[in-house]
This record gives sequence, C-alpha cells and structure tokens, in this order.
Amino acid sequence: MISLTRRATFSASHYYWNDAWSAEKNRQVFGRCANRNGHGHNYTLEVTVAGEPDPVTGFVVDLKWLKDVMEREVLSAFDHKHLNLDAPEFAHAIPTTENIAIAAWKRLEPAITAAGGAKLTRIRIHETPEIFAEFRGES
Amino acid sequence: MRAYFGRRYMLSASHRLHTAALTAEENRAAYGKCNNPNGHGHNYVVEILVGGAVDAETGMVVDLVALDEAVRTRVTDRFDHANLNLDPLFADRVPTTENLCRAIFALLRDALPAGELEQVRVEETENNFFECSARG
Repeated sequence: MISLTRRATFSASHYYWNDAWSAEKNRQVFGRCANRNGHGHNYTLEVTVAGEPDPVTGFVVDLKWLKDVMEREVLSAFDHKHLNLDAPEFAHAIPTTENIAIAAWKRLEPAITAAGGAKLTRIRIHETPEIFAEFRGES
Repeated sequence: MRAYFGRRYMLSASHRLHTAALTAEENRAAYGKCNNPNGHGHNYVVEILVGGAVDAETGMVVDLVALDEAVRTRVTDRFDHANLNLDPLFADRVPTTENLCRAIFALLRDALPAGELEQVRVEETENNFFECSARG
C-alpha cells in the first residue's frame, strides 16, 4: 500500500463564535478569533490517499484527476470566501481548523470513493505553518 | 468525531553525543562530528499532535492557549537555550534526537489540557526528523 499526498492552498476569512454563548464568553474562549469582522489565513489543504500502484500506469491515483477533484469539491467553495458566510457547513458550525478538516473530508470522500481506486486516508489543514489539524475519517 | 490538532514549537539547545559505554575512539566512530567534546547546537522544531473528540461547543480538540502553556512549562522552559547533556533526563542517556523525542513525549503525555498525545515529531535540522507515538 502506498500513500500519496497532494497539497493545495486557499485563502479565506473566518471568525469563531458560538451563538449559544454570551458575547463575553465568546471573547473569553476564542480571544481575537471572536472578532465579528473576521480575519483571514492562507490555508494549506493536504489530501492523502492510499492504494496499490496500478500495474499499467504505476499510479496510485492520477494526480491531475485528484487536483481537479480538490479544486471542484473544496477550493471552489473555500478559496477567497468567508467561511462563516459563504460555506453552508459553517452556517451553524464554527470554522475551526478541526472542523475545516472534517468538512474537506466530507466534500472529497464521496468523489474519491466513487472513483473506485485509492481510498481517502487523511486530510490535513494548515491554518498557519505552525498550526494544523487532521481528520482521518474516525467516528 | 475524532480529529487531531497539531502545533509546531521551536527550541534551541546544545548537545554532545557521547556515551561512557564506548571508548573515546568508538565514540568518535559512532557519532562523528556530533562527538565534538565541546558540543554543538540546533534549532529544534517540536511538533505536537493531539487527538481527541471535536468539542461540540468550541469546534476544537484542544484549546491552543492551554496547549501552549503545557508545552511551555513542560518542554520549552526546560530545554530551550539549555545544554541537553546537563538535564537529569539525559544523565544516563545520550541526548540524540530520538531520545529527546521520547523524553518530550513522556513529559507531555499526562500534562495535556485535553485529548491524547498522538505523536511528537522533533526536527533536528531541515533534513532530519524523528517521530514518536503512543504506539511505541
């Protein structure tokens, strides 16, 4: 089994806010991230798939195909967008790095599984070079 | 749902790779430049990966500020701008980056504000790094 990772970047804005809490508690828990005018990051999306190399092509997955899937399913929805306002999954969920990783998995997994080859094994989202989250499809 | 939160920290420290179990010549053969009697140093990058359920209220596996505080008090305050050979943890252990990685794992395992310590990665230079996980 070989794992293969493709990386892409997107730029988006967001803020952290839990509607069930008071403004004071939001500011206390989320600090500067609770500024309702938002702020932004250059995110990195890493998609890891695993499988056996095809006996004819030697590919685990066609990288151009994977690039197109990432563009269609994730980047078109998140790049140069305000995650809280433009992405439906964050209408009621906070767009933390953890939740963005889960959202990217949910967007990519059906297309990758439908192709019938390599399996999606990991999504990693870097919010900054020092901060990242991973989702591996665990319940 | 279980997810993982990762954070990278820097620390600068000196060390010398040398063991009393080997002769001077054997130490030089085993450790090469790293056996220089006066030691040398690195800018280490310590990457901490914490696994756990994503909290329904905060959307987070672990609070970043609380994690920073745990890493600061347990790891960076201890090792940053220090000579690793003089730390009691390396009194009977060579401060290779493998052993530093395990030491950091042990120092943090029970000190996290939330979640479980999934993996510690220590990058000694841009070209070599070491990983240690709960599995061993």
